[in-house]
Amino acid sequence: MPDQTFLDSTELVINMGPQHPSTHGVLRVILKLDGEKVLGTECIIGYLHRGVEKIAENRTYAQFNPYVDRMDYVAAVSNGLGYCLAVEKILNVEAPPRAQAVRVILTELNRIASHLLWLGTHALDIGAITPVFYCLREREEALKIFEKYCGARLTTHAFRIGGLLYETYDGFEQDIKEFCDMFLPRVDEYEELLTTNRIWVGRLKDVGILSADECKEYGVTGPVLRAAGVKWDVRKAQPYSGYDKYEFDIPTRQNGDTYDRYVVRMQEMRQSVRIMRQAVAAMPEGPIMGKVGKVIKPPVGEAYVSIEAPKGELGYYVVSDGSTQPYRCRVRPPSFVNLQALDRMIRGGLVADVVAVIGTLDIVLGEVDR
Amino acid sequence: MADEQTPGGSPTPPPEGGKPTAPPAKPAAPAKPAAHAAPPKPPATMVSTPWDSELARELKQRFGDRIGELSTYLGQNFIVAKPEAAISVLEYLKLEADFDYLVDITAVDWPKRAERFDLVYIVYSFARNERVRVKTYIADGYQPETAVNVHLTANWLEREVFDMFGIEFAGHPNMTRILLPEEWQGHPLRKDYGILQQDQIWVQENLGIESGQ
Repeated sequence: MPDQTFLDSTELVINMGPQHPSTHGVLRVILKLDGEKVLGTECIIGYLHRGVEKIAENRTYAQFNPYVDRMDYVAAVSNGLGYCLAVEKILNVEAPPRAQAVRVILTELNRIASHLLWLGTHALDIGAITPVFYCLREREEALKIFEKYCGARLTTHAFRIGGLLYETYDGFEQDIKEFCDMFLPRVDEYEELLTTNRIWVGRLKDVGILSADECKEYGVTGPVLRAAGVKWDVRKAQPYSGYDKYEFDIPTRQNGDTYDRYVVRMQEMRQSVRIMRQAVAAMPEGPIMGKVGKVIKPPVGEAYVSIEAPKGELGYYVVSDGSTQPYRCRVRPPSFVNLQALDRMIRGGLVADVVAVIGTLDIVLGEVDR
Repeated sequence: MADEQTPGGSPTPPPEGGKPTAPPAKPAAPAKPAAHAAPPKPPATMVSTPWDSELARELKQRFGDRIGELSTYLGQNFIVAKPEAAISVLEYLKLEADFDYLVDITAVDWPKRAERFDLVYIVYSFARNERVRVKTYIADGYQPETAVNVHLTANWLEREVFDMFGIEFAGHPNMTRILLPEEWQGHPLRKDYGILQQDQIWVQENLGIESGQ
């Protein structure tokens, strides 16, 4: 007979999501609680599964291109870049220098847009209402540039296999420069609101720690890995699209807690501005499309190509059987793999921190479920 | 929905899935290369070159005939291992050669082949900045050993492979579907699962509609 004079300490199982504003989409988490302490979690995913990889096998290489934008719809440009690079790899062609420069600019702009949406919603989850308005205001400027460039704001389909479809519009460089000039002081503004804010620091410090070794065990990449002190970024480690031509740093922190991940992402936005400025200043002239036939028909073969998406390593493993459709197109989604570490990060923490940890992983369920 | 005409049962990719790797393979070009009048037919096998490096020699020495070819294609190295040796290779790579990050596990279905599936492990080494693919060819119904004991990442990745291809991993702590509902019938990324095909009974029972399409 248990001691009745104390509060009941049996395990409490509660359900969070899939329709919950703090799960950033349709993530369902089953929490096992002892009072306020989290004993364990189980993620249930798949609500947004659309069978993207199956669709790929039934579309031509070019037809599948717009579908990839719908995975991580917050960073559609990165998805597109990864896919185009993978197909270019098995075709053994390379985009011309001008196309590469435009790709870098748009991808970095998209990284900023993605991080801004993360920052705004993450702050909102923690209880800071103001930043989300500021973040969406600046994100809007980035989306406007996408819209001017290719007509779409979110699912941009900005790149084509082999290069670009559209030449940049008149005033593109000017827009980017203005965005950079406008944006850096705004990052300072966000940091003023948050970085030393006592509530913010109190809610994030030492919450959801994931050490470097654990990151490697779980295959976690991106800002989460860098916040744990591993100086690794695909853009530096295996440069693509001419990233080796630009000077930028890989921001890292040591503790691997939620606060460090916040700091790393803030720094990354500054680095993105740095890259964009260099790319605009040295924009090469020339063609924007490489030597790719009308019908894309790669030789029999396979390749795995990965890029540094805002969430981590985004990889495409494409297998060609020599026909016009991919025989297999596997997407290695950073959100899916990172989400697996949620249990480790939150176990032993408080129930109020669950929201902080889900937010800090920066997952997009469209990409988790594909 | 441009290719609504290609009905459920017959997935589009050409019938002759020539092996993706160098060995035997009939020189069979796809029987009907889509609709386009053909530019010269591509070779039916992947033209890979042998991979020669210190690591490759070490592996060959350590595993002997438990690993087959060590090749390079488009500058990417891969190892073909016997199914029962795959986990030892991953373990060796992790402990002895610093390949401490399992990037991905996936499979490719080649229904015409005796060993129906390619099971592909992609590993990366932070120290060497090098990526290697470990491939095994397994028959339908074969239960490869789980990699969870070597890399924790394998947990969800293997569940996804099980969900999509029906490859069960022996010794996996939780061999259940991950993306599709638990009661779903069929494994969608198999080539004989059509693009419009679905588990009608599940859809009717759970969604209360005739068809999800």
